[in-house]
Amino acid sequence: MSDSLSSAEIRDLRCIASMMIPRSDTYDVPGADDPTIFADILASIGRDLAAVRQALASLAAMAGGPFADLEETRREAVAASFRAEGGPLPATLHRVVLQCYYRNDRVVRALGLEPRPPFPKGHTLEQGDWSLLDPVRTRPRMWRDVPPR
Amino acid sequence: MNEMVDVLIIGSGASGAAVAWSLADTRMKILCLEQGDWMKHADFPSTGRDWEARRFADFDISPNRRARPTDYPVNDTDSPMKVANFNGVGGGTVMFTAHWPRMHPSDFRVRSLDGVADDWPIDYTTLEPFFAENDRMMGISGLAGDPAYPPRNPPMPPLPLGKTGTRYAKAMNKLGWHWWPSDAAIATTEYDGRAACINLGHCTPGCAQGAKASTDVTYWPHAIRAGVELRTRCRVREITTNEHGMAAGAIYYDADGNKQFQPAEMVIVACNGIGTPRLLLNSASSRFPNGLANSSGLVGKNLMLHPWPQVRGYVDEPMDGDHAPMLSLWSKEFYETDPNRDFLRGYTLQFARGTGAVNEAITSADAGILPWGKDHHRIFRDLLHHRLLIGVACEDLPEEHNRVTLDPVLKDSHGIPAPRIDYIISENTRRMMEHGIARATDILTAAGATNLYTSRTILNSPGHLLGTARMGTDPKRSVVNEWGRSHDVKNLFIVDGSIWVTSGGVNPTSTIQALALYVADSIKQRLATLFD
Repeated sequence: MSDSLSSAEIRDLRCIASMMIPRSDTYDVPGADDPTIFADILASIGRDLAAVRQALASLAAMAGGPFADLEETRREAVAASFRAEGGPLPATLHRVVLQCYYRNDRVVRALGLEPRPPFPKGHTLEQGDWSLLDPVRTRPRMWRDVPPR
Repeated sequence: MNEMVDVLIIGSGASGAAVAWSLADTRMKILCLEQGDWMKHADFPSTGRDWEARRFADFDISPNRRARPTDYPVNDTDSPMKVANFNGVGGGTVMFTAHWPRMHPSDFRVRSLDGVADDWPIDYTTLEPFFAENDRMMGISGLAGDPAYPPRNPPMPPLPLGKTGTRYAKAMNKLGWHWWPSDAAIATTEYDGRAACINLGHCTPGCAQGAKASTDVTYWPHAIRAGVELRTRCRVREITTNEHGMAAGAIYYDADGNKQFQPAEMVIVACNGIGTPRLLLNSASSRFPNGLANSSGLVGKNLMLHPWPQVRGYVDEPMDGDHAPMLSLWSKEFYETDPNRDFLRGYTLQFARGTGAVNEAITSADAGILPWGKDHHRIFRDLLHHRLLIGVACEDLPEEHNRVTLDPVLKDSHGIPAPRIDYIISENTRRMMEHGIARATDILTAAGATNLYTSRTILNSPGHLLGTARMGTDPKRSVVNEWGRSHDVKNLFIVDGSIWVTSGGVNPTSTIQALALYVADSIKQRLATLFD
């Protein structure tokens, strides 16, 4: 078994990624098949390789051949059936595509977030309204008495 | 052969660290064997851009998916709930949420109060000084005055409510139900050499700031300064016994894979509710053919895992998202048994903040909330940082058919038989779960959340591994006595969650460590007659 996807598997994965997250002019974001993002997806499959292969094989079986070669309407129908079956196969494809898409700088900026790791800058958490606790403070004790042993 | 030690502790997690520190003042020669490594905080996920993805890889809570060289596999095929743990210095505290409730007084008297399961041989009052000592050592933040608990005084102020906590609080006040800011094992001020929390996000995959109280930054520095030796990358295969039926030491594999024997006067097991029965069962011998300390036949039985349904929804304004520790409040409104309900015992409601972009996308896509295609972007923007999520921390009662055994096929990288778990959620627990789901739904609705989604079991959650070597006064009905000593092997002690009699409806680490300190104190009080 090869330690990377075949060219046919890559074509199908790229096709399903673009259907999962298409490019949007409205939100000014690339699709998941964007070259930079898709390269990250391929490079990050890692421990999911066997599961990705299984998912793509299932998709190809449902398509009756290469998924990417289907005409659009049929492709949409197969993708919908694949997703509707649920379970670990679509979950695997969600994980490998979405974990890379939503860490891409352009995508992160479009969401109004800073493209940085949490450490060392961290975040600020507002105190909130502690007076909301006043009615709880006045409640009688709630724990049960325990009979002597 | 290694030099004899007075005390051999197996496992450096929550309980192993606490017992090591407590016993250090005896000046005995103490050694702890840990199968994992010291964690480097600079390597934790929050230091890199792939911080969310690593929660599905080398920082996954499931040992089967994480599959580090220091992990061992668990066959959990026959359980709707999967095992979560971590193997390294600090054990599960490296990857816990740092939520810090104690057991309640009623949790120790379940049979007397509710007529089910068994009473513990100790009570809340006995543990109270050890709870307080542990809060001081771990560095706990929280707020005194919670009417759901006997008085306690966390040493640091609570985490802020934030936007999410405020939203929950208003909903709870509207319903007239109890809530309180959660105690958390997170430093909110500088504390004992630890920096204060700077809100790096969810604390589960380790804290790069060192604000979270994993025992590698709390107990261990003190224990090592006091003379305890901690040896990493040492995986124990079995505990051996001598001709008197006493523990003689342990056989382990060192970092180079060499088999070693470590002799000891006393052995303390601290490997959690899965690892401990695994080790005892793997320590079977001609003298103890059913496994060590197992004359009762209860080693591995009565596994409790805390079923933990979750309900989430989305509100119309941005919340805290993943820009803060995960948990904010708890509610004990439904904790104590109510005869008007169709189940016994109760649960804690845990109020969580949101999640990051990757996690939101993956979990919502899996749930069918987030579509593929042209609507993906619009709907994702309605979800991200708008999430509220309530967890229902259900008490599951001990049942002997829920158990840990040795898998006949699966082995770890050293060829040691792996644990297998068989677990069924009981009817009482199922009714409790449904009640909790309904109340969580009420709360989210009162908070104005829509698009509600319920997850009845969390596949890899919550990592509360309890009950498989229970404590008690009757050797026929328990594995260890009321102060943690094996009934069968008088120099063998167990201090982790496996000695629990019932599980309560709370995250267990606070009580596990209080128990470990109590057992250590009991050992110190009895040194002259310890093995009698």
